[in-house]
Amino acid sequence: MAQSLSIRDLHAWYGELEVLKGINMDIEANQVSAIIGPSGCGKSTFIRCLNRLHETIPSGKVSGSIQLGDRDLFSIDPMDVRRMVGMVFQKPNPFPTMSIFDNVAVGLRFAGITKKHMLSERVEKSIQMAGLWEEVKDRLHEPSTALSGGQQQRLCIARALAVEPDVLLMDEPTSALDPISTLRVEELVEEIKSSYTVVIVTHNMQQAARIADKTAFFLNGELVEYGDTNTIFTHPNFQSTEDYISGRFG
Amino acid sequence: MTSMDMTKAVHWRKTKNRIFFGIIVILTVVCVLPLFMILGYVVYRALPGFSMGFFTRLPAPTGIPGGMANAIVGTLEIVAVASIISLPFGLGAGLFLSETRAVKIQSFIRFLTDVLSGTPSIVIGLLAYALIVAPMGNFSGFAGSIALAILMIPTIARTSEQVLRLVPVSLREAALALGATRVQVWMRVVIPTALSGILTGFLLAVSRALGETAPLLFTALGNQFWAKSFFAPMAALPLQVFVYAISPYKDWQQEAWAGALTLVLIALVLNVLARLIGRTKR
Repeated sequence: MAQSLSIRDLHAWYGELEVLKGINMDIEANQVSAIIGPSGCGKSTFIRCLNRLHETIPSGKVSGSIQLGDRDLFSIDPMDVRRMVGMVFQKPNPFPTMSIFDNVAVGLRFAGITKKHMLSERVEKSIQMAGLWEEVKDRLHEPSTALSGGQQQRLCIARALAVEPDVLLMDEPTSALDPISTLRVEELVEEIKSSYTVVIVTHNMQQAARIADKTAFFLNGELVEYGDTNTIFTHPNFQSTEDYISGRFG
Repeated sequence: MTSMDMTKAVHWRKTKNRIFFGIIVILTVVCVLPLFMILGYVVYRALPGFSMGFFTRLPAPTGIPGGMANAIVGTLEIVAVASIISLPFGLGAGLFLSETRAVKIQSFIRFLTDVLSGTPSIVIGLLAYALIVAPMGNFSGFAGSIALAILMIPTIARTSEQVLRLVPVSLREAALALGATRVQVWMRVVIPTALSGILTGFLLAVSRALGETAPLLFTALGNQFWAKSFFAPMAALPLQVFVYAISPYKDWQQEAWAGALTLVLIALVLNVLARLIGRTKR
């Protein structure tokens, strides 16, 4: 069930270096929000704070508050947070020692679900949602590494969806994929938007324009602007947003 | 430079290349030759002593046909128990070393494992004597296993640590992002991914332990007959080879060669196994 995210005064550091300087943002449920900005502006760090992955880095520090619905994410066990806030990474990373089926089921197994029929049901549902079912239904027990890059990424999406999170974070999910696979993933995001809240970091502004309901522009660790995608791309409020979008830098 | 000079220069470079390549080949052969010479010599001396009787009979006084059946079985038993003991501890230490975030403790423990792996094996045998043999009141195969396990643990820990570190961060993060606990990440993702490397390191530690004589001197002690139990003195191949080799009897010396070859063969089989496992689990 999709939830909204409320971020207040979020700061993040790598050791002494402050990379997020007080982010305030309200992300609505059942919407796709894109995060754009030049390299090094803190977009990836930002979403890694949302599922508390930033803290797992030895020098990573966070402060501020993140609310998922009405729950404060910093007061819950990080493990539970990550079950509610799932993530798909830039480079497809299926587990090489596991089959296709096991890859999608592993999140459920982590959560303690072991009944075979339950697993099969959820795995099939997730793979179908990822648009991969027709291609793998006859080879569920083959190793996941036998798939192509685009298929592996859709597998990773299925894996993330199997746990039925409230929010799906996507860190440049198509930057390592060919155009056809990119299109498939974008279609997928359109389809799942009705059941999930999606936050997608992207370098590709056309992609943001295609799939995002709202877009946020980050610069140097600060949130410059966040609003309807159409408005951001046609009548941005800030000069820096205008400059980035028209390609004057970044 | 004229084109004549260029051709000469290129020709000289090619010749230099061939000379150095030839030197490297010679050096490699010199390196590998002793191994083949040792193997060849051992096989040459040992083969006359190989017979069904050697593998099935118990040691006998000189002049009477004997064998090393109890020593072969004893070695296999002692090393098997040592392996079962050392694998969890070694793997656990390796896991700790690769996954812990406490940097100071990590380098301290790594230092300790290096010191332990450099300790002379006879000292480890003495340690096992003091810890197990003396309180128990008798020599035993069990004490020998403990000594060998202490010997094997640092090797397993270091090789496991190195292989575990090679598992990419992206896989760990993928598991964490699904809501796994750290232990789940290790058990379901990190260790299975590193498994073939862990097994290879383990088998190498085992093949080293096979040939260790000094730690068994005052732990297993040796036995001319079948051991009464695992907790009694037990024969082992390296011990038997040692006793027979320094004896003045020709037939015993022949059996010592045969015993040495048996040890080499067991180690060879294990190494081949390690390679096969490494290849299939890619």
